[in-house]
Amino acid sequence: MSGLGAALSKELMLQWRSRAQWLAVFAFGAAALLLFSFAVGPNYELLRGNAPGFLWLGLLLSSTLTLSESFQAEMEHRAIEGLLLLPTAPHVLYYGKALANFTQLTLLGVGLVPLMVVLFDAPLPRPFALFGVIALGAAGLSAPGTLYAAMTFQARARQTLLPLLLFPLVVPVLIAAVKATSLLLLGDPMDQARPWALILLCFAALHWSLCGVLFGRVIED
Amino acid sequence: MTDPTDPRRGANRAFGVLGFGAVLLLIGSTIGLFFAPKESFMGDVYRIMYVHVPSAWNSLLAFTFAFFCAFLFLMKGDYKWDSRHEAALEVGIALTGLMCIQGPLWAKPTWGVYWDWDPRLTTTAVMFFAFSGIIALRHFVEDPVKRATWSAVATIIAYADVPVVYFSVRWWNSLHQMQSSPETVSAPFLIPLRTNAFGVLFLMIGLIMLRSRIAAMRLEREMAPPLPAATTPGLQPQGARS
Amino acid sequence: MASPTIDASPAVETVALSRRYGPRWALAQLDVRFERGRAAMIVGRNGSGKSTLLRLVATAIRPDHGTLRVLGIDAARDRDRVRQDVALLSHASYLYDALSALENLQVAARFLGRDASRATLLPLLAEVALAERADDPVSTFSAGMRKRLSLARTLLQNATVVLLDEPYGELDPPGFRMVDRLFALLRGRSATILMATHLLDRGAALCDDGIVLEEGRLQWAGAAKDLPNEGGLDPASLPEPRA
Repeated sequence: MSGLGAALSKELMLQWRSRAQWLAVFAFGAAALLLFSFAVGPNYELLRGNAPGFLWLGLLLSSTLTLSESFQAEMEHRAIEGLLLLPTAPHVLYYGKALANFTQLTLLGVGLVPLMVVLFDAPLPRPFALFGVIALGAAGLSAPGTLYAAMTFQARARQTLLPLLLFPLVVPVLIAAVKATSLLLLGDPMDQARPWALILLCFAALHWSLCGVLFGRVIED
Repeated sequence: MTDPTDPRRGANRAFGVLGFGAVLLLIGSTIGLFFAPKESFMGDVYRIMYVHVPSAWNSLLAFTFAFFCAFLFLMKGDYKWDSRHEAALEVGIALTGLMCIQGPLWAKPTWGVYWDWDPRLTTTAVMFFAFSGIIALRHFVEDPVKRATWSAVATIIAYADVPVVYFSVRWWNSLHQMQSSPETVSAPFLIPLRTNAFGVLFLMIGLIMLRSRIAAMRLEREMAPPLPAATTPGLQPQGARS
Repeated sequence: MASPTIDASPAVETVALSRRYGPRWALAQLDVRFERGRAAMIVGRNGSGKSTLLRLVATAIRPDHGTLRVLGIDAARDRDRVRQDVALLSHASYLYDALSALENLQVAARFLGRDASRATLLPLLAEVALAERADDPVSTFSAGMRKRLSLARTLLQNATVVLLDEPYGELDPPGFRMVDRLFALLRGRSATILMATHLLDRGAALCDDGIVLEEGRLQWAGAAKDLPNEGGLDPASLPEPRA
């Protein structure tokens, strides 16, 4: 089995064992969506118009939970060091972990869509295109998020540091994902969603390569 | 001060650069405030440009320098680049913070709003938070080796992100109202503007020099003292031989 | 996985090896050499640099000064090659709490490119008396059981140089005998063994050579059998646990 295959199978096992946590994170995301609607009030037009923003803010806030937890298992008994010494290339471990985080965030985003439709009366004319945008956005969040999660897990005040480092960095993801989602939900007569999806793709490509290269410096002495 | 090994020489050089920058800034600001003509549309309000634009240019320069220091530290492992990196980050954040205060002060009387989501200003605000986060990271990591490595990695990633942030904000903002801003600066305004630009540049360089020294001194305290002398020679186990 | 080597370079050779943690030198100017196929014990007080030396040899950490060669390979320049031939039993267990004992071994086996089937790994668990707990999550294990599983994981690597950092720690008397047995197994494979331990007499009976570290420096070196009496250690500072 290749290194990446071994990393993915490890992640699959760990994810399966911690599946109860998925429910907790989903509940957090759902609660966030609910709170946003209370902040705006029962104005259906306002809620519908802002539904994409609420969805992505909810996903962004939930991502800090999943990302910081993703290194709990690796660091508590230094399992990741054990794997590095086998030897395993650091970037293999990074891509395994980032792919696992990407999967979790995508599934979370897709899971929140029905809630968004119900709470904000949002239309859903192109669900599969929307799921594609969610996947691209999740890719943009998980690449730098995985690297920063590895870093901040070993530092003090990690609950504060991870969002502090990650949120400014993923502003392009937030902007592009909300715009693309808004166009897909509320109408896109001039096919403008595609360029926004391209921004998401470029962001993901940049960070999946850069963070993979730099991960070794973060995780090794 | 003729002794080349005198550590105060470095500090004196830095103070010299700072002083020069302060003088230039004083000259440029005096011309800009009292002698340069009023702007045809904005009247006297425009005069904040004489500090706003130099702050903008030099904050980006500081972060670019921080990026190179981070890169060089990761490549060479020389901690002088880490000290310079820390200094450049802090000075860049200070200039960026100033920019984010000056911008709204100018925007409110000109456009009627404090913040108009102008791509440059918005990108700068994002950079402010991104690099402030890296300074926070440095404060929360006690091990100097990890602190230097991780903050260098974070700076490289944050800097690589700046163009993406700028273009996404510009595109996003273009769908909303477009504010006009002076793209070209006519001749009477150039002299105080350029003088101040160089003034802020030298201030920035002097501050980075001073702050790097402080960071280097702290590192010296944190890292180990020079290596002790070797162990007694000839002391080797029979099978474990030297 | 052990790779065949034909040169006669020592298993481990250090010249002025030094490593600091913040302002303190954990290892200072260490010159030491361990020959292939021999077993050596590394002894010293807590904080004397034993674990630091083992972690440096395993390339888990980098030296700050000096050179380190493992099986003739420069450890600073070619970490991956060194890692292929070295296995470390560390203080940290390197285990995943959420996974079972068998799954933990399967993870390691897959990364090593080995057969990760139940049939292959169960006998290894039996060696460390954990076969009956193969499918239990490690979170339910005692400290001694985790140590046994970590030992099994170390054995799995089949390395040429095996580094054991206090292998008897947290184990019960049957566990002590198990470690002795596995030690003999490794010697039978002609592995080079470096063992950090507080058990002077036990180590002296198993090892050929011994060194004593004090504040990161080499204080004594010689035959292991001479260490308990001549190592310059106050027996009261390193008490033998009751068997």
